[in-house]
Amino acid sequence: MSGDLKARALRRVLPGPAPAILVDSASAQFQSGSLTAITGPSGSGKSSLLYMLGLLDAPTSGDVLLDGQSTAALDNDDRARIRLERFGFVFQFHFLLPELNVAENVMLPMRQLGNLGPASIRRRADDLLGSLGMSDLREKLPGQLSGGQRQRVSIARALANDPQFVLGDEPTGALDSKNGAAVFAILRALAGDGRTIVVVTHDHDLAQIADRAIHIIDGRITSGQPS
Amino acid sequence: MTPLPLSIAFAHLFARKRQSLVSIVGVTLGVAIFIAIGGLMNGFHGHFRSQLVETNPHVVISDEVRTAAPQPLTLLNPDGAVEVRRVVPRDPVRGIAGASAMVDALNAEQGVAAAPSLIGQVIVRRAGRDFAVTGIGVDPQREMRVTDLVNNMVAGGFDALASDPNGLILGRELADKMAVGLGDTVLVATTASQARLKIVGLFHTGIDAEDQTWGILSLSRQQALQERPRVVNQIHIRLADLSRSIPLAETIERRWGFKSAPWEETYARVLDMFALQDKIMFFTTAAILVVAGFGIFNVISTIVMEKARDIAIMRSIGMPSGAVVAIFLIEGLAVGVVGVLLGCLAGWGLGALIHMAPAPTGNPHDTLPMSLSADLFGAAGLIGMAASLAAAWLPARRAAAADPLSIIRGAA
Repeated sequence: MSGDLKARALRRVLPGPAPAILVDSASAQFQSGSLTAITGPSGSGKSSLLYMLGLLDAPTSGDVLLDGQSTAALDNDDRARIRLERFGFVFQFHFLLPELNVAENVMLPMRQLGNLGPASIRRRADDLLGSLGMSDLREKLPGQLSGGQRQRVSIARALANDPQFVLGDEPTGALDSKNGAAVFAILRALAGDGRTIVVVTHDHDLAQIADRAIHIIDGRITSGQPS
Repeated sequence: MTPLPLSIAFAHLFARKRQSLVSIVGVTLGVAIFIAIGGLMNGFHGHFRSQLVETNPHVVISDEVRTAAPQPLTLLNPDGAVEVRRVVPRDPVRGIAGASAMVDALNAEQGVAAAPSLIGQVIVRRAGRDFAVTGIGVDPQREMRVTDLVNNMVAGGFDALASDPNGLILGRELADKMAVGLGDTVLVATTASQARLKIVGLFHTGIDAEDQTWGILSLSRQQALQERPRVVNQIHIRLADLSRSIPLAETIERRWGFKSAPWEETYARVLDMFALQDKIMFFTTAAILVVAGFGIFNVISTIVMEKARDIAIMRSIGMPSGAVVAIFLIEGLAVGVVGVLLGCLAGWGLGALIHMAPAPTGNPHDTLPMSLSADLFGAAGLIGMAASLAAAWLPARRAAAADPLSIIRGAA
């Protein structure tokens, strides 16, 4: 699998008496080993585009292609399975389960997938936490961590099943500039490993260090579209 | 490694120890009360049934027929439209014809004991006061094999009737009203005859209708008093196996034609009342479990609301909706299982306590009846588990149906 992610004429309309167009005719290609930033003002449709790319939401029309394969006909369970196997998500808020400790939170996707035995799951969680400098915090509960530490744990959780695609929705939005830069550096390094990284961000400085920036206004991609 | 839904479910419950405990206590109380009250009702029914059924014959043959004999004209024209009016029936001597042969035939059957009797009203006169008494004339030796009255004697003995044909056995309550005791004589009269009889025994069954109105005397004496020599109007049957009563009664009716009433028919109204009591008890105590179910519903609904974000993130990382349902069903199941187990223990203890309480029978050794059967524990467990799972099902479905995206968007 090459790790190519492609949006083809994506359109997302919220139905209702006055239908709202969240994303309109959005086409873009995201290649493995690249870090792409999606920027734009609030309410422009950045996150909606990201959620469709990550199969969290289904487009009203258009298609998302993974390695050239259409995902339009997939049902919810199939989409959930692909998310589990091939995607990692990092949100603005860490969304760690407060009753589980750091290691257990990181192990969560691996336990759900069920491909590894208990010992392998523990070892991989330790490795991931070690690579993010969190080894000594593995037994801590999320409530005992700082904001930056929690976000690093959520990155470790996103990487648990070794996903090809890592999608971030304002992953640095709730962090100070120092922690934000650290998280972006991690994402940058993940792209260097050959993963496909797509990040929604308001932060233009961080967008600058991405390989590519896509700008979106009123649901339409205005720059960074493939020719 | 523990399955994921299981470890998340237990993490939720342990994080809310107090609410979880309250839910468990709710189920425990419901199950315990169901068992204790059910045991008390079963005990009472069993006690009453044994008093009623064991004291009395299991099948009673009487000198009646259920349907009138067909007219000869109807028999001659079985397919015709025959209507016979102004029939003047014969007026035969009442009683069971051929009773002696019937009794012998029945006694020859395995597990069947039969005894003839003549029932008729008598007046017992004592100190110028008359008491209406149901006189039951019996063959003492045979009657002792068909009635449990012999075990309910509180003074004298049933067999004294055999040695003293002028003996009389009365209910203790009736004797108290008449102010007579063992060895006293009373005048027993009918419209046809009278005799002085000696009190040779007193019984107490606990059933007022028997203790206050029955007088047992020898069959020959009753036949003489009623001026119905060699006549019996009832045959009492006792069975080794109570469940044979209905088929045996049907066989007797087919063979001899006389009305033959099994104990189920004789005490049908009492049994119907028991069935009604059982239903009332079931619904009342099951309602307690339903209320306990609302406690579980409340706790799990609260968890679902509080855990909306967690559910959203689990769904976003690829947890299927079935696994989300499983998490909350496991929570309901865990509360149910612990509550039911503790409830069974508490119900057993509560039942034992109730069984130690004195019964209002007048006998200081009598305690409240209690019958804790495996069926009762099984029913309580099933209802407790059903209430727990049903209470968890709705919030579990709601959690699974929640749109993770709207929750993630809402949090942003």
